[in-house]
Amino acid sequence: MFPAAFDYAAPATLVEALALLKQRGDDAKIMAGGQSLIPMLKLRFAQPALVIDIGRLPAMNGIARHNGHLSIGALARHVDIERNADLAWLCPILVDTVHWISDPLVRNRGTMAGSVCHADPSGDWGSVMLALDASLIARSESGERVIPADGFFQGPFTTTLRPDEIVTEIRIPMPKGPAGGAYNKLERKVGDFATVAVAVHVELSGSKIAKAGIGLTAVGPTNIKATAAEKALVGHEPTDEVIVEAARLAAEAAEPKDDIRGTAAYKKDIVRVYVLRGLRTALGRAREVKA
Amino acid sequence: MSSTLHMHGGIGESIKRKEDARFLRGQGHFLDDFVLPRMAHMAILRSPHAHARIKSIDTAAASAKPGVIAVVTGELMAQHKLAWMPTLSGDTQAVLATDKVRFQGQEVAAVIAETKYQAEDARDLIEVDYEILQAITSPDQAKESGSALIRDDKEGQKDNHIYHWESGDKAGTQAAFAKAHKVVRLNTFYPRCHPAPLETCGCIADVDGVTGKATIYMTSQAPHAIRTVFALVAGIPEHQIRIISPDIGGGFGNKVPVYPGYVVATAASLLLGRPVKWVEDRTENLISTGFARDYHMTGDLALDKDGKMLALRVHLDSDNGAFFADAQPSKFKAGLFHIVTGSYDIPTAHVTADGYYTNKAPGGVAYRCSFRVTEASYLIERLVSNAAMEIGMDQAEIRTKNFIQPEQFPYTSATGWIYDSGDYPKAMDVALKQLGYEDLKKDVEARRKKGEVTGIGIASFTEVVGAGPGADYDILGLRMFDSAELRVHPTGKAILKLGVKSQGQGHETTFAQIVAEELGIPAQDVLVMEGDTDNTPYGLGTYASRSTPVAGAATAMVSRKLREKARKLAAHLLEAAEEDLEWERGKFFVKGSPEKFKTIQEAAFAAYTNLPEGMEPGLEGVHYYDPPNMTYPFGTYAVVVDVDKGTGQVKVKRMVAVDDCGVRINPMIVEGQIQGGLTEGYGIAFMELITFDAEGNCIGSNLMDYLIPGSMETPKFEIGQTVTPSPHHPLGAKGVGESATVGSPAAYVNAVIDALSPYGITNIDMPVTSDKVWAALRSKGVTE
Amino acid sequence: MKVSMRVNGAEKSGDIEPRVLLVDFIRTNLGMTGTHVGCDTSSCGACTVLVNGDPVKSCTLLAVQVDGSEVKTIEGIAQGAALAPIQVGFHEEHGLQCGFCTPGMMLIGEELISRIPNPTDEQIRWAISGNICRCTGYMNIVKAVQHAAKLTAAAKAPAGKEAAMAGGGE
Repeated sequence: MFPAAFDYAAPATLVEALALLKQRGDDAKIMAGGQSLIPMLKLRFAQPALVIDIGRLPAMNGIARHNGHLSIGALARHVDIERNADLAWLCPILVDTVHWISDPLVRNRGTMAGSVCHADPSGDWGSVMLALDASLIARSESGERVIPADGFFQGPFTTTLRPDEIVTEIRIPMPKGPAGGAYNKLERKVGDFATVAVAVHVELSGSKIAKAGIGLTAVGPTNIKATAAEKALVGHEPTDEVIVEAARLAAEAAEPKDDIRGTAAYKKDIVRVYVLRGLRTALGRAREVKA
Repeated sequence: MSSTLHMHGGIGESIKRKEDARFLRGQGHFLDDFVLPRMAHMAILRSPHAHARIKSIDTAAASAKPGVIAVVTGELMAQHKLAWMPTLSGDTQAVLATDKVRFQGQEVAAVIAETKYQAEDARDLIEVDYEILQAITSPDQAKESGSALIRDDKEGQKDNHIYHWESGDKAGTQAAFAKAHKVVRLNTFYPRCHPAPLETCGCIADVDGVTGKATIYMTSQAPHAIRTVFALVAGIPEHQIRIISPDIGGGFGNKVPVYPGYVVATAASLLLGRPVKWVEDRTENLISTGFARDYHMTGDLALDKDGKMLALRVHLDSDNGAFFADAQPSKFKAGLFHIVTGSYDIPTAHVTADGYYTNKAPGGVAYRCSFRVTEASYLIERLVSNAAMEIGMDQAEIRTKNFIQPEQFPYTSATGWIYDSGDYPKAMDVALKQLGYEDLKKDVEARRKKGEVTGIGIASFTEVVGAGPGADYDILGLRMFDSAELRVHPTGKAILKLGVKSQGQGHETTFAQIVAEELGIPAQDVLVMEGDTDNTPYGLGTYASRSTPVAGAATAMVSRKLREKARKLAAHLLEAAEEDLEWERGKFFVKGSPEKFKTIQEAAFAAYTNLPEGMEPGLEGVHYYDPPNMTYPFGTYAVVVDVDKGTGQVKVKRMVAVDDCGVRINPMIVEGQIQGGLTEGYGIAFMELITFDAEGNCIGSNLMDYLIPGSMETPKFEIGQTVTPSPHHPLGAKGVGESATVGSPAAYVNAVIDALSPYGITNIDMPVTSDKVWAALRSKGVTE
Repeated sequence: MKVSMRVNGAEKSGDIEPRVLLVDFIRTNLGMTGTHVGCDTSSCGACTVLVNGDPVKSCTLLAVQVDGSEVKTIEGIAQGAALAPIQVGFHEEHGLQCGFCTPGMMLIGEELISRIPNPTDEQIRWAISGNICRCTGYMNIVKAVQHAAKLTAAAKAPAGKEAAMAGGGE
């Protein structure tokens, strides 16, 4: 099994890449690590005329803290996140999540930004970005655009990214108070797509929840931001009642379908269970930070 | 390199494997590694539909592509009378479809091109116009009156029924049930799964245009039998066919049958005068080649008031797919399923089976199993555990109470099996001790009180392997003997040639060890050759755990033949009478004078240099072994699981496996086989599934959907053993390759059901996936 | 397109279509057949090679993507006639049966030991979690990697080789 024929370009600079994209954007595909794109090419689900390999662009794989946010370069691989010592305390949910991304070999090539832009509703990073209120930095010949993750996903494998744009960076706001997150994923084996997964992020202010983010994986046409559940948490003490209600609302926001991984009812209930568990873990972590 | 290089390597020694050397360097020779001069590549176009009439096939665009040499359709094959071929169960199977397609993935056309990429590109340009017909995806649907007739190609076939088959005593069983205190019933479906060896199937057919000799490199577990089938199918004289099975990347039953791709590649090579390579991709492997199981089973167990088993009644509906192509002995339509009484002394039993055509892939093979014994073992072991649950008896106790006792062997079962040897209580005892069963039960009770969902499962399986006595066991009439040919050269180094074929089992080591034991030549000095029909003696191949029981016996027997000749040679050298010589592994010495001896190597040298008057030179022999009986390995497996109430996920906490396969030739290799088998058993119990939607689309058509356990999913195993030799095997050995896959699924599932039993849950069919467990728990109101 | 890469220390090049997969380039163009294909969907790892030191699935990489890179395959593990520690480990602990997955498993094991000299059972299982072995049940693969780790450590240590040779144990 192998892809249909295509042209290939590996521009040496971003400027060159953007120029090429401007010219051929409609029939071109951007490839970073290729771990999502190449399987699609091999199955011939995708048959672009041109593959633009941005894997060789310089200075795009950094992971750093800047002006109150965490910046993750578009070419930072999953493994770079996995082995980054600072992230374990700066943003532990990323480290939580990265272990669930496919398998170790795929993590050695695949990138976080590539995975987010691939916009597979079963992708893990999308939900984490929604929970963390992350933004994507997109560049084109006409300039730079900051795209909030909330609203970025339009449908399966569809985003608001324009054909002439390349995502260069992901920005994650740093929490203002004690914060914690958790990513729970139900998968049938390592490397499997999620049956259901839930990203949860909370920030505390005193004993109350100041900010909450919940992202749902594989239970709809896109990663879903469980907005009603988030609202039910913000401004409240995290009592059992509040948590249970948030879990109920998150499950309500899920729109799963029956498939080989389970029924819609099953998946909705897993959302509920994982919101419960995720919130308890996240709150525990936030309180540890406080202590 | 090997730490055991210096060892003699007799029976019972865990010497390191001789075959490792090439695999460690990436120098194994698997099928796809071969490149022959002028070799062309073949790609097969398969049906996207489960059931459809072919209205037309347009190959023009494909033929016009650069690099394309030929496009083959069923029409062309039919011109050469090769559009259909016989199956291993005496049915017919389409090679390339001419009239209808009968399952998704069926072979429709083939492209032969200069490169693999060109062949596959062109394949996608073939246009087929189909008229879609009703797809039948289960025996129940196949039975319905008015449902589509799948095999309208067969004269006299009026419905989708293939066979009805019975075994045992119907009247006696009925009478026993009438007197029963309690009848326990289990309806269960053993779903379709697939051996999915890591290397897919393939071949390179190379027909010599001048001599007509067809050399076919093939991923075959049974090259000799395949050669005979090829001679019958293609009408090529058998001596003009040479099948070479190179290194095989796992078989597990998948590489026993003849597949259409082999026939098309051979025909193409014949027509083109060039070697033609065909290698499946993973999807082709999963959707078209030998599946396993797919048995819908109902078992009734009659018990007296003390929990003694009185009778067993079983019915099964077999889903055979579009062509009846099960790889099994021809006399047994449901394979060896009728050993379903298992390890228990059940006075009477009656088994009925019906086979049905469906619009699913053909080729019921025994996935690491001796011809359907797996389904039988699963049914009885699940039924016995459920019986224990229903009558409130401990699941170990009900087994112990009903075991065939050691003194009852040889034991004749209710369906006519003669069990050779066994000590079932002992294996149970070793397993329960290793598990710490009594303490564990208390722990389970305590944890259940805290609301945890946890359980223990036991299975005490008996397998039947080593087919087999030729009078009862044959495939297409070929009796299931096996063979060994042994030649010792003047310097005492030997070559052993076998009719079986390793797929990773370590034959090059194990069989050398048999010679080392029986003839005294160190294992390192014995080269084992297999898998070349021109250069090895005729044999039926490696499957159904038969290599050690049959070819191993043949190896022991031929070694003994040579030893007797060596005795004559040693007597000649020592100027002693034959009867005055004693044998000690590796040498003959004069009774009472151990300093006067000749080694086997000296005797071998004499066979070529210094013979007694009138003796035929050389030290060489062959033995064809037709076993007097099957061998009956057995064991007890025990599993502990925790169930996550919120998600339904099952975690196997412990897995204790006590196996008795008689005498172990290389214990390291035996344990490796058991660990592998336990893993495949785990996969079948929890993950591996080939299923179909209502239109007959195969779900499980790649390794993203057909889930094979990896290192994180696979439990850690605790291995134990007992040794009860087979009384009829020359070495006391039984087969072992499949025991763990046969015995373990029931143990895993029994553990889950035990964990769920406090909530009144009595069955979940395999694979036991988290969503099924969740649904069962929620149906009883259990939630997080 | 022209591609060139260092494979097992030797400069290799070819003229290929951009769509050619790395595994096909290695097997067909370079004729090195120790790297296998098991699944086509990035699910089995039989095609594992090291690219710039990292284990990757060569069925899910284009050969053009690794132009200019350092590639190591199973054929590059042994140092001449002598087996590398990872190979000795697999042999001694019966870490292989059919041998089809073995090249990938050994490359991962070797890379793991280079990062974590004394890996635990869990670390090894984690490292090979994207690779399927259909034969062994993984227990002996874990032992094989630990055996190799001990040999590697012993080879690096100035003394105490014998103790480390005792080997094994999951």
